[in-house]
Amino acid sequence: MTTKLFGEPIPRREDERLVLGQGRYLDDLGRQAVAAAFVRSPHAHARIRDIDVSRALDVEGLIAIYTWEDLPGLVAEPLPLLIPHPALTHGRTAYPLAKEIVRHVGEPIVMVVATDRYVAEDVCGLIDVDYEFLKPVVGLEEAAQGVHLVHEDVPGNLGAHLVQEVPARDGRSVAEALESAPHVLEFRLDIERSASMPLEGRGVYARWDADDRSLRVYSSTQTSTSVRMALAAKLGLPLPQVEVIAPDVGGGFGVKIVHPWPEEILVPWAAITLGREVKWAEDRREHFISSAHERGQVQHIKVGFDEQGRVLALDVDILHDHGAYTPYGIIVPIITATQLLGPYKIGAYRVVFSSIYTNTVQVTPYRGAGRPQGVFAMERTMDRIAAHLGLDRTDVRAANFIGPDEFPYDQGLIFQDGRPLIYDSGDYPESLRMLKELIGWDDFPAMKQAAAEEGRRIGIGVGCYVEGTGVGPYEGGHVQITSDGRVHVSTGLTSQGQGHETVFAQIAATELGVPFEKVSVVTGDTRRFGYAVGTFASRAAVMSGNAIALACRRVREKALKIAADALEADPRDLEITDGVVHVVGAPAAGIPLATVAVLSNPLRYAFDEEAQRATQFAGTADPDKAPLEDEPGLEGKDYYSPIRSTFASGMHAAIVETDPDTAEIRILRYAVVHDCGRLINPMIVEGQIHGGVAQGVGGALYEKMAYDEHGQLLNASFMDFLMPYVTEVPHIETAHLETPSPLNPLGIKGAGEAGVIPVSSVIAGAIEDAEGIPIMRMPISPSDLYDLRRATD
Amino acid sequence: MPDLHEISLIVNGVVREVTVPARRLLSDCLRHDLGLTGTHVGCEHGVCGACTILLDGEPARSCLTLAVTAAGHEITTVEGLAGDDGPSAVQRAFRECHGLQCGFCTPGFLCTATALLRENPAPTDEEVVEGLSGNLCRCTGYQNIVKSVHRAAELLAEES
Repeated sequence: MTTKLFGEPIPRREDERLVLGQGRYLDDLGRQAVAAAFVRSPHAHARIRDIDVSRALDVEGLIAIYTWEDLPGLVAEPLPLLIPHPALTHGRTAYPLAKEIVRHVGEPIVMVVATDRYVAEDVCGLIDVDYEFLKPVVGLEEAAQGVHLVHEDVPGNLGAHLVQEVPARDGRSVAEALESAPHVLEFRLDIERSASMPLEGRGVYARWDADDRSLRVYSSTQTSTSVRMALAAKLGLPLPQVEVIAPDVGGGFGVKIVHPWPEEILVPWAAITLGREVKWAEDRREHFISSAHERGQVQHIKVGFDEQGRVLALDVDILHDHGAYTPYGIIVPIITATQLLGPYKIGAYRVVFSSIYTNTVQVTPYRGAGRPQGVFAMERTMDRIAAHLGLDRTDVRAANFIGPDEFPYDQGLIFQDGRPLIYDSGDYPESLRMLKELIGWDDFPAMKQAAAEEGRRIGIGVGCYVEGTGVGPYEGGHVQITSDGRVHVSTGLTSQGQGHETVFAQIAATELGVPFEKVSVVTGDTRRFGYAVGTFASRAAVMSGNAIALACRRVREKALKIAADALEADPRDLEITDGVVHVVGAPAAGIPLATVAVLSNPLRYAFDEEAQRATQFAGTADPDKAPLEDEPGLEGKDYYSPIRSTFASGMHAAIVETDPDTAEIRILRYAVVHDCGRLINPMIVEGQIHGGVAQGVGGALYEKMAYDEHGQLLNASFMDFLMPYVTEVPHIETAHLETPSPLNPLGIKGAGEAGVIPVSSVIAGAIEDAEGIPIMRMPISPSDLYDLRRATD
Repeated sequence: MPDLHEISLIVNGVVREVTVPARRLLSDCLRHDLGLTGTHVGCEHGVCGACTILLDGEPARSCLTLAVTAAGHEITTVEGLAGDDGPSAVQRAFRECHGLQCGFCTPGFLCTATALLRENPAPTDEEVVEGLSGNLCRCTGYQNIVKSVHRAAELLAEES
């Protein structure tokens, strides 16, 4: 292998079109399609008494109006519960259009199709829905009391209740270990809702070919293969007649892994019913009130520890707000409960969660997916222990670390993939050493003292996390070298800005020994690859990266075999350089992969001059052998299916300044040490970290979903939901540690979510250090801090 | 059906005739009537800046502008930033510095940065941050966008 591209920070392939305005996002397609719009509930909880469309019928340009009663067969059934779990005893999903009851502001009730979106929205405005108001259930603790119900048949609003307990190594339970612990602390933590909030909302565009009886759907999704399966099932179409394509997708961050969304079924169904192309592109208000949120939890923690700060027992009780429906099951609280343990080996652990219905937008994974909450719990606990014992916060963490020689390390729990929570590799002490050096941890007390002398308040915080990445079950890759020497790579999972066209091409070029420019990559197009899971859980590089590498190895083996015959050499003596197969050390006498591709497909009919080499009288084939020994074509397919997840890790530290008068909070420095195993493209990994930290800063200081007691989302716009601009995000200093994963051929771990995970805990710790006031609730605004100061005085 | 208006816009140097209702947003007119889908719409209330175009050379929110009010004016969209010899310095710098990920907000940043560097060819860090402070990006954390603008300033200086 001479073409070393794996590990290089090469510029992204996809940018060539994106900077020119030549991307193809969902709403850039289907200029001739008619438009869908939706009447959505303005009430959080109500019974629909009547829907009156009479005022809307005369609008010029109206094509169709649909309510639940118009929907046929399986289209009228509730949306699928994607991830069932035995503990989710009361899972509930929505109907594509509301049937009788609406359970959150924004729930779709009527679909309108019209000549354009303006007309469709005019029509929506003329449809009168008569509601009987029901009591909205808002607020996690109020909901948990179960006085009023979101679903009449779900007592206590309790969707799921799960208890997991791992006894201490000596067999003692949490209760016993707490009883005998030298120190015990008990406290409560709160974390609020935020949302993925990609700059491009969701969107669907469907074309029905009545002659061919086939359906093509474009969706701004994180899983086109799974949308395809769901559509074929819901619409009763043969799977081969349905194709789903994720075009360029303007960010996902989790929200677009949920599927099928109501619109993902309704728009294709309308396209078939009407015999017209139909498109719907979500607007920003719709995204706030009709897609998904995440993060909201209340956590009660009881921890027992010794004089060194070693945790002997940890008892965590979590109330998790999953909103009105549970299409994604209880993945978020499961991840919180398991990933809470971080890089630590603690004594006995017991975690209980109750997943609760409220009359708010449903909760499904948002980048980090339950980990920011778990890390908030654990890292705040570490800080409380350090404060209680008067120890350095990093020393307490170090005292609890799993050692570099203790891998694989079994935490004794079941992870989100249904597999044991076993960490594969890592070096936490080294990571902490690097972080302390990067941020200047040991010099900080002097810096703080100097600042204090100037009347300034500064503080430092630290947070550690372990992230299970690359969850299964599998991904696949297909690689084809054609007779023009080009390499066509495809994988089923989708892309939302991660640079897959570039990194997968780096992998393929490295594995095959071909120039990078010869390789093209297609993702998320079921016409090219039908089997996949999706892009979430920091899994794309691990899963598809390894699958593509394995597929390349098959193709390489086949190329060497064919070339060996042609060169009358032993395949073991051959290598590929710059797309030419040759005997090691003799690059001049070789055979280009383009020619190997021709020879791989024995021909009767030549379609061009090069192809003549593969025809029956060309003299290239051994007349004593069957012409075809293997499959025709220089191509191969393979899958990567890991036994379990691979565990990336990292540590962040921040220095913040708080204004003594205004309580304004400013991040002065932010440092990240990150370990995602071997790096395919360090520039892209850094970009992922930067973006994650920025979202973390948003979640720590600015973003929340402000619901009032009626279940109205008061800040459903970018004017009021404060996402960080360039002015709010600090410069991020990064350092990489590479402990390869032993679980996969490339030794890589996921990197997509890492940046966001510990930010709230780090910022909380830093503010606490600056102010000397416990910070137990995030996000925190200047007014929150001001109120905390007044309450403390 | 609302009254229609025949207007003429000068888009990327080309006169384009189009018939629109008075309420048609400039962003929708560019995207759906003229097929220039490089301009993106992220919020439709003028906060995210994804729809930023240059109106007579100045950055403007095309989602807050009615197409009829742009009649007779010169508009530059992301499709008009590149020259005959390829991508502009700003476009090249964004690629070189990894200043984009999903790319959805990018056209707005490119237009904003183009105007910024025309006004101020060698901006300080603070001036770049100030200049970009009306555009939202959910992917990059902005660090590489700031770097891209500085790099574009260098490339422009080398070209002149």
